[in-house]
Amino acid sequence: MEMISEQRIPASRDAVWAALNNTEILKQAMPGCESFDAIEENKFEAKLTAKVGPVKAKFKFQVELSEINAPNGYTILGEGQGGVAGFAKGSAKVDLTEDGSETILAYNVQANVGGKLAQLGARLIDGTAKKMADDFFGNFTDILSGSLESSD
Amino acid sequence: MAENGIGASVRRKEDNRFLTGKGNYTDDINVVGQTYAYFVRSPYAHAILNSIDTSAASASDGVVAVLTGDDLAEDGIAPLICGVNVTSDDGEPHRAPLHPALAQGKVNYVGDHVAVVIAESLAQAKDAAEKVSIDYEVLPAVASTATAAEENQQQIHDIAPNNMCYNWPFGDKAAVDAVFETAHKISTLDLINNRMVTNPMEPRAAAGEYNSGTEEITLHVTTQNPHVHRLILSAFNQLAPEHKLRVVGPDVGGGFGVKIFVYAEELVVGWACRKLNRPVKWTSDRTEAFLADAHGRDHVATAEMALDDQGKFLAMRVNTTANLGAYLSTFSTMVPSYLYAFLLAGQYTTPLIYSEVKAVFTNTAPVDAARGAGRPEATYLLERLVDVCAEDMGLDPAEIRRRNFIPVDAFPYQTPVVQCYDSGDYPAALEKALQLADYDGFTGRAEEAKSRGMLRGIGLSSYVEACGIAPSAAVGQLGAGVGLWESAQVRFNPTGNVQVFTGTHSHGQGHETTFAQLVTEQLGVPIENIEVIHGDTAKTQFGMGTYGSRSLAVGGVAIAKACEKLIEKGKKIAAHALEAAEGDIEFVDGDFTVAGTDKAMNIAEVAFNAYVPHSYPEGLEPGFDENAFFDPLNFSFPAGTHVCEVEVDPETGEVEIVKYSAVDDFGKLINPMIVEGQVHGGIVHGVGQALLEGCQYDDDGQLITASYMDYAMPRADNVPSFDVDYAPTNPPHNPLGVKGCGEAGAIGAPPAVINAISNALGVKHIDMPATPEAVWRAAQSAA
Repeated sequence: MEMISEQRIPASRDAVWAALNNTEILKQAMPGCESFDAIEENKFEAKLTAKVGPVKAKFKFQVELSEINAPNGYTILGEGQGGVAGFAKGSAKVDLTEDGSETILAYNVQANVGGKLAQLGARLIDGTAKKMADDFFGNFTDILSGSLESSD
Repeated sequence: MAENGIGASVRRKEDNRFLTGKGNYTDDINVVGQTYAYFVRSPYAHAILNSIDTSAASASDGVVAVLTGDDLAEDGIAPLICGVNVTSDDGEPHRAPLHPALAQGKVNYVGDHVAVVIAESLAQAKDAAEKVSIDYEVLPAVASTATAAEENQQQIHDIAPNNMCYNWPFGDKAAVDAVFETAHKISTLDLINNRMVTNPMEPRAAAGEYNSGTEEITLHVTTQNPHVHRLILSAFNQLAPEHKLRVVGPDVGGGFGVKIFVYAEELVVGWACRKLNRPVKWTSDRTEAFLADAHGRDHVATAEMALDDQGKFLAMRVNTTANLGAYLSTFSTMVPSYLYAFLLAGQYTTPLIYSEVKAVFTNTAPVDAARGAGRPEATYLLERLVDVCAEDMGLDPAEIRRRNFIPVDAFPYQTPVVQCYDSGDYPAALEKALQLADYDGFTGRAEEAKSRGMLRGIGLSSYVEACGIAPSAAVGQLGAGVGLWESAQVRFNPTGNVQVFTGTHSHGQGHETTFAQLVTEQLGVPIENIEVIHGDTAKTQFGMGTYGSRSLAVGGVAIAKACEKLIEKGKKIAAHALEAAEGDIEFVDGDFTVAGTDKAMNIAEVAFNAYVPHSYPEGLEPGFDENAFFDPLNFSFPAGTHVCEVEVDPETGEVEIVKYSAVDDFGKLINPMIVEGQVHGGIVHGVGQALLEGCQYDDDGQLITASYMDYAMPRADNVPSFDVDYAPTNPPHNPLGVKGCGEAGAIGAPPAVINAISNALGVKHIDMPATPEAVWRAAQSAA
């Protein structure tokens, strides 16, 4: 599955780039995220709870940044184990483009799931993944816009 | 005819317990000290197992043991087997990769067994299973049947280059090709036979118990063939010697082929109960059934027919790729070969047939026999191709069939594909079916439907199948590791009631009634005094079990033969008791009489006499208990024509089956009500394949149809009330004159339904399942 979308952020590209490399902001933006910790340079471990149809599971994600091209963007790769729920893996290629004083954040997300997630939730995966991606980048934009009221 | 004898629609004796909740299924078995097994399954389709850490799971609450493939190997438990050899075109046997019951070093499909957790409760086993830590090194997966054998594909098993299990050509290719060179017309069709998950109502289960005093394992298991299970588990898997292994198939809630096979879970439960000296039970949940039951069908094929200018079939050429999944299930290799190619002649005189079957491995669940096994695939391909031929020739589908039928005076008929049909009257079944379906009135109904904006279509399917499996000599020649005779024992108790022990197994078919009807007919014992016993290796003599519509055609004959022996023995006893010559004793309707006198003894009195032999002369053996084995001389060949009429809503793609007529030749019917039930069930099974059921793996080998949310089973509202009739012929090889009826509907229905939909839409072909989306797309592109 592939999702392509973009967000307009009322902040400079450098500010957006800095936020994209700020684990606290990433954690806040990630729906259901409980922790997001750097384990070595450009590698992180994230824990989050996700629900796909009837399957709700805690995932432990190994996250890695690659194709880093400051301040134009990077690719974020994640592979997560959800125990008996199965696994999820995906990547998001993020491109930042200046547009006057604002920044266009374009993202191209690919996601795959396996195990019980695929067995029981196949028809729901696309919608769930799209919502998670939209929520993440939406939250991210909100945080940067300084208008975040609460992170649920 | 005896009351309740042959031909009577006796209500099923077994239904009393089934309908009142008194059935005894494997999961109903509960014993003191029982533990519960839960399998840790691979979430990946293809991966190397770098390590398995069971320490946390082992320390979890209630856990008795966590066992892996290493433990299995250490204990000398051998891998699962495939029992039928198919020789590939390179002269080598089919490639058989090792199939350990718990993975050793590598997993090859989603659902593959990595470890088993055994705990005091199922919940504890499941909790602990989450703590088994497995380091998988994920490999690319092969999920598609059509491309599995392509050159640059990921290799699954070292032993099987290009993921090929075998390439199996059959027939005279040069002769067939030569006919195609000069034929008036060549009709071609590419089609897919969709992969199915069989879904019996009762999921698989196994309950093992070890008696350290007798050193005997008792394994209750959802099986269609307990003795075959015992034989394989003993002789090949080294679980225990045959005499120290009791296999019981208690009440089993539907088999449809999927419970023939010996599965990993069953072997593991049998092994673990002894290793731990604790009873162990495993019951599949529905998701596990989707993942790890053997699946059915899954062919990609091209079929071509060469015709003359009258529409006569001159030669047929078929190229098939069959998906066998990740490992070879117990009888998998024979399904797309012997059970498929040998049925490609169908009801027709096609003199030359060439078939090439490429059987491939993929990272999907093993594929094996499912109701019909090979014959539905052959029939679907042929009967769809015949409709394409009719269209190409401008002939009515009924007319092209008439022109090519094997004539009724040509039996026994030797087909070009091994089978020699012993009996049949194909034109009779066709004409009767056309009449039942009011074929002639179809045009009017189609016009009326059109006035409502609906597309109406009608489709025929004239099938033949090879049942009554099977002559041991024939299957031995083909590479089967077993003979396919059947056994029976008919025992009178001193009080005159009868226990009938059969080597077949009933898992819904109604054997307890049908077989009792045979005995009441032959021996004149009231049906309520007859009990049919099956499914327990400790109770019954060795038997081969139930599949391939064989129970009556083979097992029923064994019962009849045991009854004959009782009659012969009874004559000796009656002659002694009635002080007459044995030659003067006649047996009619349960009474032994002295010819020309009024001296008589009921068979119940003879039985009592046989067990109280106070004055028997030397040479007259006491007891009234006989056994018999029957090995058929030929397969049986049920056949028939099914007519399906559909109405398609071109706006939604919804297909309604408005009328379905089936005329079958099953030979003699013992219990017409049970037979009709089998026909109904078979048709619904076939309609499910045609309209609804499609097992799908994604490109990574993830099963994405693993629940009833995504895999649609047929329901009552998908089918009309069926019109069922018969056009019987007498099979000369079968002493009871019976042919078998359990698979016919599943074989006949899919092409009838798809022919009807193709007819309605005016398209050459639509693949199964013809879901509303697929039909809507076809309707849009045809419009």
